[in-house]
Amino acid sequence: MQARRFITGCLLATAAVVCVVAVAPAAAQQPQAAQHAGEYSQADIQAGSVVYSLQCSQCHGPTGDQVGGIDLRSGRFRNNVSNDDDLRRIITNGIPNTSMPGRKLAPAELTAVIAYIRNMRDFNTTVVKLGDTARGRTLFEGNGCAGCHRIGTTGSRIASDLSEIGGSRSPAAIQQALLDPSSMMMPINRPVRIVTKEGRTVNGRRLNEDTFTLQLLTDQEQLMTVQKSDLKEFTILKTASMPSYKDKLGPQQLSDVVAYLASLRAGGRGGAGGRQGGPPPGR
Amino acid sequence: MRRRLLLVLLLATMVPLAMQAQVTYDRLLNAAKEPQNWLTYSGGYSSHRHSLLTQIDQNNVKRLQIAWVLQGDSSLQNFEATPIVADGVMYFTQPINDVVAADAKTGRVYWLYRHNLPPDIKPCCGSVNRGVAVLGDRVFYGTLDGQLIALDAKTGRELWINTVTPNYADGYSLTMAPLIIKDKVVVGVAGGEYGIRGWVAAFEPATGKEVWRFNTIPGPGDPNHDSWPNKSWENGGGPVWLTGSYDPELNLTYWGVGNPGPDWNPKQREGDNLYSSSVIALDADTGKLKWHYQFTPNDGYDYDSVQVPVLVDMNWRGSPRKLMLWANRNGNFYVLDRTDGRFLLGKPYVKVNWMSGFTPNGRPMQTPQPTGMPTFPGNQGGTNWYSPSFSPRTGLMYIPIWDNYGSIYAPQDATHKPGQVFGGGFPRPVVPVQGAPATPTLRRGAINNWTEAVSNGAVIAIDPTTGDRKWTYYMTDVTDSGVLSTASDLIFTGGREGYFQALNARTGELLWKMNLGGQMAAGPMSYQVDGRQYVAIASGRSVFSFALPE
Repeated sequence: MQARRFITGCLLATAAVVCVVAVAPAAAQQPQAAQHAGEYSQADIQAGSVVYSLQCSQCHGPTGDQVGGIDLRSGRFRNNVSNDDDLRRIITNGIPNTSMPGRKLAPAELTAVIAYIRNMRDFNTTVVKLGDTARGRTLFEGNGCAGCHRIGTTGSRIASDLSEIGGSRSPAAIQQALLDPSSMMMPINRPVRIVTKEGRTVNGRRLNEDTFTLQLLTDQEQLMTVQKSDLKEFTILKTASMPSYKDKLGPQQLSDVVAYLASLRAGGRGGAGGRQGGPPPGR
Repeated sequence: MRRRLLLVLLLATMVPLAMQAQVTYDRLLNAAKEPQNWLTYSGGYSSHRHSLLTQIDQNNVKRLQIAWVLQGDSSLQNFEATPIVADGVMYFTQPINDVVAADAKTGRVYWLYRHNLPPDIKPCCGSVNRGVAVLGDRVFYGTLDGQLIALDAKTGRELWINTVTPNYADGYSLTMAPLIIKDKVVVGVAGGEYGIRGWVAAFEPATGKEVWRFNTIPGPGDPNHDSWPNKSWENGGGPVWLTGSYDPELNLTYWGVGNPGPDWNPKQREGDNLYSSSVIALDADTGKLKWHYQFTPNDGYDYDSVQVPVLVDMNWRGSPRKLMLWANRNGNFYVLDRTDGRFLLGKPYVKVNWMSGFTPNGRPMQTPQPTGMPTFPGNQGGTNWYSPSFSPRTGLMYIPIWDNYGSIYAPQDATHKPGQVFGGGFPRPVVPVQGAPATPTLRRGAINNWTEAVSNGAVIAIDPTTGDRKWTYYMTDVTDSGVLSTASDLIFTGGREGYFQALNARTGELLWKMNLGGQMAAGPMSYQVDGRQYVAIASGRSVFSFALPE
């Protein structure tokens, strides 16, 4: 029910181009949910969260991203899942030779858990204002964000690629990242500074690390692996170089940028133009 | 002349027969006398995972190379089995539930037994199996659909299947390597996340007929039944999913018991919840309980006491004593007297804040953390089922650990329904970015998205006389690999990063490593064929065996 209320709320608020979002803020803009907008009742989503907790969360985790290569919140699956019938089939039959077993759920439970999976990204998220995506895009470009971040084929790669950020982060998380970037910087993405034994200094963004090696993307956008034993210095920075936009953007501007970033999803349909190219939805 | 020729021919034909003798109980009992073989899951009844072979030593280990690789062919699940080697033949399970017999020298397969699983199995935490047991000319193992199976060791032919737990769809499964004790095959049941009622049971090797069964959750009328309120015992969990140990002199067999159910809501089952999160000592002939020690009473943290019991005879405070060493998932290292379960020492080996110390009789003084605050160690524990090792040469115990790892618990009421997870509120790891999807609850996959922010893996050496760490070998990523020590003072261990590593057992110094490319979630072992020592471990989807150049 709340999802429908949201749609109504948006229509009423069209003049102000601002929606107050509690649940499913941009369901209609998300490729996986676009086919299903309005199909799921809040009661099903709520009931599905309980089924999910009992039947699925042990492996998939509370946020649906615990199994490698699968992110239920973003509609990212290893197997071909193009519609709810595919989901229904996989949940019921399982996937042979994997740890995904079949679940004999009652029809109502099955409907509910699919409703939840299709909406879990935004379930119980903090209330944030979503402004105008087109204005948000203009602000994003005007504030030099592309000097570090890439969207589609535009912008630098030295900070995180934001092309699909709306599919993996809630609007609240995006807003928090704009206000306090360091608090939301993923540990794996932390900036690193290395000095080799030969005295060469390299700055970059950490991509992966093990006991003996470090993988990074340098600030010259070069993929690089170094042996830690070859380094004279290796520093992992815990503060982001990105400034806080708390005092740089007004409330309306902030909600516009959040709306723009939240609209960026796989498939490039998000926002006012979104990104170009990239993998098709439902890959 | 002809008679002599016949004798020579007879002797020649007898050589291979003598090489592949039956694996008798007497051989299992004296496994240390034949270090060329690896006859039980942990390498012997005392579960030291220590090899007496010394061909590979600290000087030449740098020249170690891959002797052979055998790729599993049926599943992408974790490969958790420790191979058994008997007289040049290696037996192991490959995911999901197949048994392989291969030449231990070349890795070439003699036979393969496949077990088809029904679609409605309920493995809690991955479709895994940790290996087989051998006795006589038979191989025994358990399956995710609750079957105990005996195979002909020479052909892989199925001799019998016993459905030891028919209710697999309710969450009962077998994942451990069985343990042979005398004329019995002993195995326990997994499924603690499904509100099962756990057990350990012994079966006849010839027929599969059950001889005894010990329920880890006492029923009405049994001692300690009152440690469970109301009917909570019926779904109390207490699984047994890792191979135990055996003291033939005491005729006691020791088993670690897993978490109570629901996992994370202890208020739903107020009481000690015996014998969950405990070690139990059972009479090997009857299965009767001799003693127990509970590591985590009323466990609300999923601190399964499913670790390998390490049995050591050594001086304790000046007198020889039969000890049990135990690095528990709850973050404490314990020394118990294994004759009666008396608590001798308990000391944290990682950061611990769920308890503040012990009463004189070894009961932890619990300190539940405020709502929303982290508990250390976290849900996966300071260690888990990853095999530790004890070296009688160094007197040190070697433990794979997760350092500085915590979880935030959020208990919820749970209703038990057969076949459904009976959790009671899923905990989450302590991470700097809450709600960020790239920091998952469990760390899986090729990219270390947890990093040092959540935890580092390590192997530590502990002096059992004090519980103090002697050295730490840090890894960047967490580890699920077991540890092997050898009489050359070498330590072998793997990890999630795919490196197989040899360390100096006295200092923890890295002596050799090789990137195998796949996560190691099994215990290494060592064996010898035709005078050549091998070290083997499963990595990714394959078994690797290493040796010095010929």
